[in-house]
Amino acid sequence: MTGLVQRLIPEFEVWKRRYPAGFDGSLSIPALRRIQEERGYIADEDITDLTAYLGVPRTQIDEVVAFYTQFTRVPLGKHHLQVCHNVSCSLRGAEGLVKHLCGRLGIKPGETTADGQFTLTTVECLASCGTAPMMMVGDAFFENLTPASVDALLTELQETP
Amino acid sequence: MNFPVTDTSHTLAEYRTRFGYQALEKALSMAPGDVTKEVAGAGLLGHGGAAFPAGRKWGVVKLDDGEPHYVCMNADEGEPGTFKDRWLMECVPHMSLEGLIIGSYALQGRHAFIYIRGEFDLAHRRMADAIEEAYTAGLLGENILGTGYSLDVVLYRGAGSYVCGEASAMLASLEGKKGWPRNRPPRLTVKGLYQKPTVVNNVETLANVPVILRLGAAEFKKTGTPKSPGTQMISISGHIAKPGVYEIEYGYSWEKFIYEDCGGMQNGKALKCIIPGGVSTKLLSASEIAGVTLDHNSAVAAGSQVGSGGMIAIAEGTCMVRLAAVIQRFYHHESCGQCTPCRQGMGWMERILNRIVAGGGRPEDIDQLYKIGEANDGTTICSLGDSAGYACSAILDHYRDEFEYYIQNGRSMYDGNLTVEDPFADSPFANSLAGAAS
Repeated sequence: MTGLVQRLIPEFEVWKRRYPAGFDGSLSIPALRRIQEERGYIADEDITDLTAYLGVPRTQIDEVVAFYTQFTRVPLGKHHLQVCHNVSCSLRGAEGLVKHLCGRLGIKPGETTADGQFTLTTVECLASCGTAPMMMVGDAFFENLTPASVDALLTELQETP
Repeated sequence: MNFPVTDTSHTLAEYRTRFGYQALEKALSMAPGDVTKEVAGAGLLGHGGAAFPAGRKWGVVKLDDGEPHYVCMNADEGEPGTFKDRWLMECVPHMSLEGLIIGSYALQGRHAFIYIRGEFDLAHRRMADAIEEAYTAGLLGENILGTGYSLDVVLYRGAGSYVCGEASAMLASLEGKKGWPRNRPPRLTVKGLYQKPTVVNNVETLANVPVILRLGAAEFKKTGTPKSPGTQMISISGHIAKPGVYEIEYGYSWEKFIYEDCGGMQNGKALKCIIPGGVSTKLLSASEIAGVTLDHNSAVAAGSQVGSGGMIAIAEGTCMVRLAAVIQRFYHHESCGQCTPCRQGMGWMERILNRIVAGGGRPEDIDQLYKIGEANDGTTICSLGDSAGYACSAILDHYRDEFEYYIQNGRSMYDGNLTVEDPFADSPFANSLAGAAS
């Protein structure tokens, strides 16, 4: 083991101190989150190395990566736009927001722009219903969106070095 | 709860100015079993949706069974329309944390867990900071406040899964596995996390524990109604003039809440119906909430539930067929795939609804939707499939005419309208087809 997981093990060891002893498998989701934060996605070697480190069956890690929507096996665009299109957001204009983003970016939900800047995804309720329509960019919520505020945000993100 | 929300109101220092951690001190001076008795005596009901008495859940765990006991805070708020737990964690994380420590003491747990939704970044940071403040202040860790009681808290962040809000799925996730619910018995209070007795309580449920300990059960029961003591955080959204998070006393007039406190509908529109407590609760029409109060008994008598307090107001002129398709898309997306009726049924229902929306509806579709819902009722491990059936059948019961019209004419009675005021109506892409079927 020489890669990313090896480098992160000291952090994982610190986390273990607050867990009951003997249940290292619990660290799979937090560890995968941390790995993805560093690499941008989960690579084959991460799964192999994490399996070895935690001492769990490989299928457990494979299943976890596949089951939870926030994990990705492929790199995404630099900015991941996740638009909520559940009930409350739909009642406040989420469909228009999705169309507007598709139009501005020239892509459909699930796609990444050719320059690798933006990935657009539609997602289910993000618990921001009172400030709809909204989207998550990276980890941050942007709420009460309008065409003007979306355009300003896209410009700002494009200029982010 | 009555305090101004500021940039610092979530800190330990400010929480202490609002009686913060006084209840913990009091609890630690009591016998653990007496703490549970106090919470049970207050009649505190679970605030996650099921309204199960919290004290009774704690009381099931036997203190002398020689096993480790775990308390888990369910902060995986994902029921569409619900955002009160996020508010609590962002604005007053210490309140639920104090409740978690008190609950863990009552059950003599050595480790406790907070399972927070993966998408909650600010709430996660606020809760993480609160935990570190508590460790530094001697409110967590070894020998809490010099009493000899020790507790560690793990803040565990999910990674995107609605079903993990179901308690057994949450525990599977905490064990580092995919979030599949499991059958009971054994109950989680018998075999839960790591096969040990485990209590799972919602964020708001635990936020009620400090005030119960501080004031006592008798004083707590003076608010609310005899069968629904205390208050309920309601997050309201949709076509409402003043969306947001409100705290109401159980027994409060539903109409007064909607028409006065929340300012009625957007643009003065008439109310068509309300989804009372997350999309998994049956909708009620405007006339069905007349005279109803916001408490568990009244909501059930009216034909629905308080649920998670995630209320969605829907104005006249909204196309319920398209709204049903939006709701069903969600259930299909979130079905974990474990039980056949749900795995097959959710997608089937979504495909039927999408076909109706696209103009290809058939007269038998309505009965088929009912049948798939019924086939899920009580036949699956968790209630996701049941809920989808209830949600869909409630819409069909109330608005069958809209479905019949759509099927007969191949188009919506209300032009497919979902918004009262569409902020993107003037977008240059408003009439484009891109993303229309997303």
